[in-house]
Parts: sequence; structure tokens; C-alpha cells
Amino acid sequence: MAIFFDNNSTTPLNTIVLEAMMPYLSEFYANPSSIHTAGRKVREAIDVAREQVADLIQAHPSQVIFTSGGTEANNLAIKGAIYGMELDSIAVSPIEHPSVIDVVRSLQKQFSVQELDVNSSGQVSTDSVVKFVENNRNFLISVMLANNETGCIQPVSAIAEMARSSAGFMHTDAVQAVGKMDVNFEKLGVHLMTLSSHKIYGPKGAGALIYDKAIDIAPLIFGGGQEKKLRSGTENVAAIVGFGKAAELAKEKLKESYTYLLSLRARLETQLKDIPGIVLFGGKAERLPNTTFFSLKGIDGEALLMQLDIQGIEVASGSACGSNNLQPSHVLEAMGIEETIAKGAIRVSFGLQNTPQEVDELIDFLKKFTNISTSH
Amino acid sequence: MKLPIYLDYSATTPVDERVAEKMCQYLTVDQMFGNAASRSHKFGWDVDEGITLARKQVADLINADPKEIVWTSGATESNNLAIKGIAHFYQSKGKHIVTCKTEHKAVLDTCRQLEREGFEITYLAPEENGLLDLAKLNAALRDDTILISIMHVNNEIGVIQDIAAIGELARSKKIFFHVDAAQSAGKVPIDLKEMKVDLMSFSAHKIYGPKGMGALYVRRKPRVRLEAQMHGGGHERGMRSGTLATHQIVGIGEAFRIAKEEMASENDRIRMLRDRLWNGINDMEEIYLNGDFDHRVSGNLNVSFNFVEGESLIMALKDIAVSSGSACTSASLEPSYVLRAIGRNDELAHSSIRFSIGRYTTEEEIDHTIKIIREKVEKLRELSPLWEMYKDGVDLSKIQWAAH
Repeated sequence: MAIFFDNNSTTPLNTIVLEAMMPYLSEFYANPSSIHTAGRKVREAIDVAREQVADLIQAHPSQVIFTSGGTEANNLAIKGAIYGMELDSIAVSPIEHPSVIDVVRSLQKQFSVQELDVNSSGQVSTDSVVKFVENNRNFLISVMLANNETGCIQPVSAIAEMARSSAGFMHTDAVQAVGKMDVNFEKLGVHLMTLSSHKIYGPKGAGALIYDKAIDIAPLIFGGGQEKKLRSGTENVAAIVGFGKAAELAKEKLKESYTYLLSLRARLETQLKDIPGIVLFGGKAERLPNTTFFSLKGIDGEALLMQLDIQGIEVASGSACGSNNLQPSHVLEAMGIEETIAKGAIRVSFGLQNTPQEVDELIDFLKKFTNISTSH
Repeated sequence: MKLPIYLDYSATTPVDERVAEKMCQYLTVDQMFGNAASRSHKFGWDVDEGITLARKQVADLINADPKEIVWTSGATESNNLAIKGIAHFYQSKGKHIVTCKTEHKAVLDTCRQLEREGFEITYLAPEENGLLDLAKLNAALRDDTILISIMHVNNEIGVIQDIAAIGELARSKKIFFHVDAAQSAGKVPIDLKEMKVDLMSFSAHKIYGPKGMGALYVRRKPRVRLEAQMHGGGHERGMRSGTLATHQIVGIGEAFRIAKEEMASENDRIRMLRDRLWNGINDMEEIYLNGDFDHRVSGNLNVSFNFVEGESLIMALKDIAVSSGSACTSASLEPSYVLRAIGRNDELAHSSIRFSIGRYTTEEEIDHTIKIIREKVEKLRELSPLWEMYKDGVDLSKIQWAAH
């Protein structure tokens, strides 16, 4: 059986979630916009899911806009806020997910775009935010809550406070953070927050944008007027129901999950220290309990990745969305990591289905591999 | 027989069991749940294989190249991507778009948005039978027209537009042609090697696939370019970013495969049921068929019951799940804009019922529906003072109503 250590890329669907979803494919299949009994029943299921998702991050159900996923929610947050409130400028960290960076890039011609600084530990520098806030009015800042590659947790509530004190707006991509750490929408003080279902053992194809109702969002997709006209199109009912269930389970088991994932990570990192040439990225910062991003100096990362795959151990070389190309990770680049080290980077991201034995298998393999490589 | 009887297949369909089975293989931990964009490990590769097959299955139904299929979250997103994508990419060539008043909201609302951005839209009125007069379309075209967007089958009245002919016209004038085929795929043959269509929108949940899944056909020769509306990661050749929902893609593929295989025989059966329903009620007094009967998709029947109030009819028909307009607009109490556009007055538009028949409809259900319709309409009319006046020979259109 293969070992899946790539849970920041996606997670397997929880069977309890699958069971909750199945009736909404073939039994309760009506269109939730239909006014007949069958349609209204389906509408109620969406309302329940909305409460479950809101509960996970302690927001109000009316603040939840369901989307087709995290990418769409990020697009809606940024374009929606910029156009909806006619903002002038955007500040974004260079370590954001492509679904934030690419959106901002697409707006570069019409709006002023500022890139924030990142320190060598993988954290966004609040000094660069101070500078931005001093020189701009009518702006949006987008900084993720936890980075998908390093797992580094970002100073989001501090940045949100700076944004608010200058009457600006703040978005956070919390896709990687929810389910792995306590996330409270109101306490963070952000105006917009992105969530994704398939990173928390829910189905792919569902996500949400959580929004502060004081702000105006321009929709991205028109027609039909679903989701209070902010996201048109027939709702993906089964996926939304699954997302809701996954959110409920994530909340219920949050402490337990955190402790368990952290134990796996500690087991890995303690043993990694014995391997010569180990470089742990973001090691000094507060990180997600499940993520270890490292490189082995003097080891060909490409070859290591291939061998791991042959062994049936699945890890990532960077973010999944970037793994089509062999460019070094943009996150490591922003942290100022030397290119030769960055190119060999390996990301291990644990999930609830992983076991301590699996961690030991990885360590055994790494030890063997480095012995062979360095003995040449 | 299970009640209520579902006759709302144009609003959405149940997922076919064969489709659900395929989808389940891509969901849980012991199966193929990877991220298709993960090129470095086998979890990602298995998933990629499933997606490649699905792309071929969708392309096969419409005789297109798999490379011309772009996945989306549904037909609404496809329509938005096609129309805004063309408008934004080619706006330097012109800012005029031609569409029809009876299009789906996903097309009309997108056009309204483009109007706010400075584009000019011509909304053509269809003829009384719901079909578009090509001469009128031709007359609306201008030098700065960049796009024509006309749906294949109308969601409310089921009429089939002459897409092949419109395509010829559009191509001869070098204007891009987009077709919303959400209601036609799997019901009406589509051959994109023959039809001169540049962009075509599809939905999975209208043909027994999952909700939250759609596709946009984007022609490669001659090449059509689009400005993406969702950025990040560059999936779908940069036209539509976002992690692909594998199980849903596999679902749309299987749904399209089944549709291709069974369309002909299924259409015969559904048409027979539709005709049975129509024959069972068409001798009723003061009922009106909406939309052309001959140029019509097999499963659709849209009828106005004069002197009956639409909302009370829906309530009375609680054992039958039907629409009193498009599913997407039925929460509002406005009369159907489609029926208004084909010249029905407010009363007839309000009293309309759309019956849409599908894969799991039985003869028994149709017969029971006929019985209920006849009973309930008669009962409601007995309570209606307007009906009484009509029966007494009063011309209601000449009455001066006193204001209270």
C-alpha cells in the first residue's frame, strides 16, 4: 500500500462525509431553486451545510458564499472587492498560492500592486505592511493564513488590524489553515476569508468565501442569482453537503487532529536531524502541525523524488499546482533560499490517515538513500 | 408508484447509478483521490487518466476534439467564460453582441454586466413559436459585432433553434458564435465538425451527471481565444484555473458516454410519453401550448392553463414536481420572461406549467399526472370568478376594473 504524504495538495474523502453526500446524488437530487417540495428539501440541506461551515470558523451562516473551490473563492475575494468597492491598490505577499498571485497579476495593468516582504523564516514582514499602509488609501491586502509549502503561519490578525486602522480591507486565504489550527473569522479581523473542502477530507469541487457584510463584492459569475447574487449557477449540492459534514467533523476533532498531526511531524523532524545536510525551511517559525518542508544538501532532489515514488511514498516537490514545471518554488525564492538547495526541496504534509510506522518508513528510506548517494 | 412524480428534468436530473458508481471510484482513501496536477507521483497519474478519458467521452458526444474541451463548474460558468472571455479578448475589434430575449439568465445577466462595462447588446425577440427569424438576426449584425450567443434548446419551452444555419451566417461574417447547449446535449444530435459553432456550453446535471460540473467547447480551428475569468495555477490551458474535481469530471464523462449510446432509443421513449401526456390533456378548454411543437426537444411540454392562477396550480399539484418557469427564476413571482417574449400575456405566463420528462419517467406516472391535472384544474376553475365570467360569455379584456 502506498503512503500518501501529500495532504496539503488534497486529502482523501472521509467515508462519513461520503455517506452524507450520496443521498444527494440520486435520491434528493432536485434543483434547490425549485419551489416544489423536492426542491425545498434540497435547499434545507444547503442551509445546514452553510451553518456547519460557518461554525468551523465561527462566522454567521449568512456570511458564507459557496463556490466551486478555493481558487474561485480567491478570485471572487480579490476581484470582487477591487471592483465592488472601486479600490485603487493591492498588496500581496510573494508566497501566496497561484490563485491569489495570478489574479493580482491579471489586475496589474489597471491597479497599483505592491509586493510585501518575506523574511528567511517564511513569514510576511509586518514592517513592509506598515510602509504600504502609510502610503496607500482605498486598498486590499491579501496574505494567507498558513503557507501551503512551508506551513508557516502568517501574522494575519496583526496585518488586518493595520489594514483596518487605515480603512483598508483584508483578505486571507485560509485553505491550508482550517482543520489544522483554530481559525476564528471575527478574531482575525479580516474582511474576506477563503476556504476549501478537499483540504479537510471533504469532496473536491466545493469551497467558500466568508465575508464581512459591511463590504461590497462584485460577482464573478452572473446568471440565476444564487448565493445572494454573489455566485450564480445551480449549487453543487452533494459537494456542499459533503463540505458541511467535513467542516463539522474538522471542528469536532480539531484538538485531537492537531495533537496527532504534531506528533507525526515531531517524529519525522527529530529523526531528520540525524541525516547529514538537512535544511528545514521555516523551521524557526510557527508552522502548521502537519507540514515539513526540507532539502538535503548535496542530494539530487529530482532523483530522490523519483525513488520515493518507486517506493510508493508520495510527497511533493513544491506546491501541487506548480509541479508541472521545474522552476524552484516561488516560496523558497521569496525566502532567499539558494537555488541549488531550493531545487531539491521535498514537502511532507501529513493527514489524519497517516501512521507513525509510515513516518519511520520514510526515515529509513531517506537514511538508505543518503548513505548510497554520499558514498559515491 | 412513488409520489411526488418528478417531471422537472429540465431543472435537474438524478445522477445515473452507473455515473455514481464511477464517481465513487475517485473519492475515498483506498481509491484514486489524488490531485491531477501532481505530476510527481502515481496518485496524480491515475487521476489524470480518468480525466483524459472523460474529456474524450464529452468530445465524442458532440464530435469534437478532446483538446477543445475546457472543464468548468457548470453551464453558468461556461456561459460567463464564453461571453465575457470573447468580449474582453476581442473588444478592440468591436463592442457589439447579439443575443436573444429568451436566453437563460446565465447569458442575459452576463450580457447585462457587459453593458455596464460599455458593450452594446442587441436582444432579439423570437417569433411567437419561440424560434428566431434568421433574417432578423442578419439585420441586427453590424461591422462591430464580435459575438452572437444563441441557445440550442430553450430551457422553458424546449424549442430547438437552427444552430447550423446561424453558424453559417456567423462564419460568413467572421463573427464568433456561442451556443448554450445545456438543455440540448444528449437530447439533440450535435456535430461540431459540421456545425460552425465557436463556443458551446454544457452542463452535467441536466443529463444525469453531477451538479457543479460543466464544460465549454472552445474551437481550435479556426482558433478562438478567451480571456480567463478565473486565475491561478493555469489549469485547462490557462482558460480556467482551479483544482479539478476528479469525481465530477469522471461523472460528466460517463454521463456523456451513456447519452451518446442511448440517446436515440431514449428519445423515442420519452417522446412517446410526452405525446401521451399532451394527448391526455389537449382536449381541455382554454389551454395553450407554449413554443413550437415540431421543433421541440422530446421531453418538454409547456402549457398555459387559462383562468387558473399559476402559484395555486403548483400548490394544488403537490404530488407532481414541475416548474412554473425556469428553475433559476421560479423563486421570484415575476411572470416568465420567456413566455412574455413570445407574446403571452401576464395571465397566461403566470398560469404556465413546464412538464419535463426524463430517463426514469414511467407510463404509469404520466397517466396519473393526466388524471391529477384534469381534476385540479377543473377544481381551481370552479372557484374562479374569472372562469365563471368567461363561461357566461363575458369578454374579460373589455372589463374596466375598479381600483380599490
